Amino acid sequence: MATSPYDVAVVGAGPAGLAAAAAALAGGARVALIDAGRQPGGQYWRHRPGDLGAVADLHHDLGAFRRLVAGAAGAVRHFGQHVWTVSGSAADGFTVHAVAGDAETEVPARRLVLAPGAYDRQVPFRGWDLPGVHTAGGAQALLKGHEVLVGRRVVVGGTGPFLLPVAAGLAARGARVAGVYEANRPAGWIRHAGAVLPVAAKLTEGAGYAAALARHRVPFHTRQAIVAAHGGDAVEAVTVARLDHDWRIVAGSERVVECDAVAVGWGFTPQLELPLALGCATRVDADGSLVVEVDERQTTSVPGVHVAGEACGVGGAALAVAEGSIAGVAAAGVTSAPASLRRRRRALRRFAAAMHAVHPVRAGWQSWLADDTLVCRCEEVSAGEVRTALDELGATDVRTAKLLSRAGMGWCQGRVCGYATACLTASCTGTAPDLRGVSERPIAAPISLGTLAGDPGHIGQQ
Amino acid sequence: MPADVLVIGAGVVGAATAWYAARSGHSVTVVDRGPVAGGTTGAGEGNILVSDKPPGAELDLALLSSGLWRDLAVEVGGFEFDPKGGLVVAATPPGYEALVSLASSQSGAGVETVVVPAGELAEHEPHLTPSLAGGVLYPGDAQVQPMLAAARLLRAARARGATVRTGVEVTGFLRSGDRVVGVRTSAGDLPAGAVVNAAGTWGGDIASLAGVDVPVLPRRGFILVTEPLPRLVRHKVFAAEYVANVASDDADLQTSPVVEGTESGTILIGASRERVGYDRTLSVRVLRALAAQAVALFPVLADVKVIRTYRGFRPYCPDHLPVIGPDPRAPGLFHACGHEGAGIGLAAATGRLIAQLLGEEPPSLDLAPFRPERFGPVVAP
Amino acid sequence: MSAAFEFDGREVAFTDGQTVGAALVAAGVRSWRTTRREGRPRGIFCGIGVCFDCLVTVDDVPNQRACLVPAAAGAIVRSQEGDGRGHLAV
Ligand SMILES: Cc1cc2nc3c(=O)[nH]c(=O)nc-3n(C[C@H](O)[C@H](O)[C@H](O)COP(=O)(O)OP(=O)(O)OC[C@H]3O[C@@H](n4cnc5c(N)ncnc54)[C@H](O)[C@@H]3O)c2cc1C
Ligand code: FES
Repeated sequence: MATSPYDVAVVGAGPAGLAAAAAALAGGARVALIDAGRQPGGQYWRHRPGDLGAVADLHHDLGAFRRLVAGAAGAVRHFGQHVWTVSGSAADGFTVHAVAGDAETEVPARRLVLAPGAYDRQVPFRGWDLPGVHTAGGAQALLKGHEVLVGRRVVVGGTGPFLLPVAAGLAARGARVAGVYEANRPAGWIRHAGAVLPVAAKLTEGAGYAAALARHRVPFHTRQAIVAAHGGDAVEAVTVARLDHDWRIVAGSERVVECDAVAVGWGFTPQLELPLALGCATRVDADGSLVVEVDERQTTSVPGVHVAGEACGVGGAALAVAEGSIAGVAAAGVTSAPASLRRRRRALRRFAAAMHAVHPVRAGWQSWLADDTLVCRCEEVSAGEVRTALDELGATDVRTAKLLSRAGMGWCQGRVCGYATACLTASCTGTAPDLRGVSERPIAAPISLGTLAGDPGHIGQQ
Repeated sequence: MPADVLVIGAGVVGAATAWYAARSGHSVTVVDRGPVAGGTTGAGEGNILVSDKPPGAELDLALLSSGLWRDLAVEVGGFEFDPKGGLVVAATPPGYEALVSLASSQSGAGVETVVVPAGELAEHEPHLTPSLAGGVLYPGDAQVQPMLAAARLLRAARARGATVRTGVEVTGFLRSGDRVVGVRTSAGDLPAGAVVNAAGTWGGDIASLAGVDVPVLPRRGFILVTEPLPRLVRHKVFAAEYVANVASDDADLQTSPVVEGTESGTILIGASRERVGYDRTLSVRVLRALAAQAVALFPVLADVKVIRTYRGFRPYCPDHLPVIGPDPRAPGLFHACGHEGAGIGLAAATGRLIAQLLGEEPPSLDLAPFRPERFGPVVAP
Repeated sequence: MSAAFEFDGREVAFTDGQTVGAALVAAGVRSWRTTRREGRPRGIFCGIGVCFDCLVTVDDVPNQRACLVPAAAGAIVRSQEGDGRGHLAV
């Protein structure tokens, strides 16, 4: 059966992808919308099938979500589909290769909008692989997506504004949040007030969380971190400590806090597998993340490929929606997005930059590690083994460190430990972390040999 | 003080050369524009094979090398040396016949071979498809983790006084008349008593910097890596067609199934061969062909997940033999490159032979078939 | 709506739209696999399919991400050891 390609394939149905699909449809394009999840909304508007009613109190901007879903209704949905690679070019057409269970689907398209989002950035600490230790986003996903609490007495830590809604959500649903440990001193953003004021809504959101935490008597500590987790078969307690400016532990400040669950996050890592597979140029953003370089129209260095949302700079849902709308307009071939949209994007990006400026990740976390602290959870590679690859086996770059130590070579392919391995390498060589060396994953989702061997179904526009 | 020997390339061939030269008492400097094992060495499977070579110069080199690797596993170690043996299988009776006759000629050349009729294949490889005509077992085939091998050999060479300088690119040669007396690099001039070109796929570029022609070209290969598994496959298992593909001149895509386990639990699946220059784009078509062949050989793999793929560029010469020895057109320059898909396996012998030449000892093998100048006339400097 | 699947011989209830992993956590189960090298217990870490810590065997198919697999009534969920395919070893 001959199939003609879609005008636009949008990968990712979170805020950016939904906005892109809606904008492209409004511009007259035929659109395919592909997401690994079974619901639209991505990480931000995560919810169970059906309406968001039960978890509405945990969400923001539900009006915007409903508008976007309605706007994207004309797109052909491929949900529950994990994209394992994208191939092609603007000249020959692109193909999105996706897999769901044992079935593979190829979606042909003239142009792409990639909106794959991000996941929690992690740094290792002693005991972080104990059951009950979760990423902040994981705790949030269980709550928003499943109405499940990760524990009864939870400690939240890391850095970044995201810790607040996570703690507030847990407290609202009855968990005792034993403390939020923010490694930075973010009150400093007041100094960036000029950037922040134009997006006052963001500020009131933050103030709302602060009030919620106060109401639930959740202690909020700054310049403190969870530096170790303890327990037998699951976490039973954590050690928290005060940090100096470089994030070294202030001697004598360690304290043990009992808990049955932990939620940690250190900002976000954008998912770059797909843009990198197509050869999109990247840069390092203000938060230290590798992101895709885009122009005014959210176009990457590769013609016909647009990127929107966290993958071109972590900045939250509102920014993702603005970028998605602009990308969708561009991908549909409409000349240009309205100036108001572009102004909004500029303001939100300034806000994001201000937030990044006060939530850096400082190298001192490396001094919390013992030699036997796991860096790579999948292959169980310790900090000591990574350092042996660097100090003794002559690795001078992260790729070599990885291949010689096996850090990042397991199931997750370095998604979790890549940042840490790049930082450990950088500390050893005295260079900036090479995130590109840990971000390329030509197979972006596992696919069985039998499926790969078989003839995939081609799903195009009739 | 100038080094006795300057080795260009910190791949497995450069590493083995550095180790043997340092062990013979030479002062050695290794330079590489990238990291240790950042070239094709980091992109291969690490087989040390005698099974895929018909009798001839390359088989002699492979036999010498496989013995040396066994010694290196003891002398140096730490690179997952696994003498697991290879099993070559044939799908059809004529294929099996051809395989058995190849095996008998190989055994005349000193290769240990065991003919395995169809009914006995399962004893050796329980998960192998039952629909095969037979096979030959080669107990002499072995495997190493190639990056670790290069890294460990270089570390051992450093312990014998060698210097390894990564991130240093060779940009030209220092000459005294015709003689090569060192290299120009991105980090300044490095004079040396002798220079060894172990730049793998880029060996031809290095040669042309010295004004000589050594035709080394890239031949792309992809490898699929599975999820970590228990031991499902005991040997390196490949189909008889692989032997034909290895020696082929066809530029088009060729794939033949090569399946093997590793110490870390993943199974590696090859092998594809294409002449497409240094094109790094992922080829979905090639991955599908590799997957289909692996599943045909081992049906149990059908629901096993692929989690990674990587590609490399094998350095090949028109006659599919490596270039090993002194270059009469540029005295002081030695070549050790162009090993195509067998550079890990042949590295030990190559390093040993070059060290013998540098020490003015008689080489353990006749090097005539590997002469650098065998391809044609001198290019004017 | 509430239903149940079987986990290592016991019943685990779930509600509509929950994944196997979410239902296990809700039932107080923190870990359901051990690692290959050191046999360490693991359960949900990232909760969104990124980390592969939550691997579990569902209806005899090993190495599925519990945080992604929808819970289904009557499914047989088993905790797993190491690579989850030990029975295939030769
Ligand atoms: C898919 C695939 C599978 C393979 N499987 C096997 C196998 O199972 N067994 C086997 O024996 N072989 C195998 N091979 C082949 C093997 O990997 C190569 O033959 C071998 O790595 C060659 O080693 P080398 O040291 O010559 O080259 P390389 O490892 O490529 O080293 C050459 C080095 O020279 C450096 N260099 C180049 N130019 C300069 C310059 N101007 N200045 C400074 N440095 C420079 C490079 O950076 C590089 O590090 C495989 C290859 C591929 C692609
Ligand atoms: S918890 Fe991370 S993949 Fe399931």
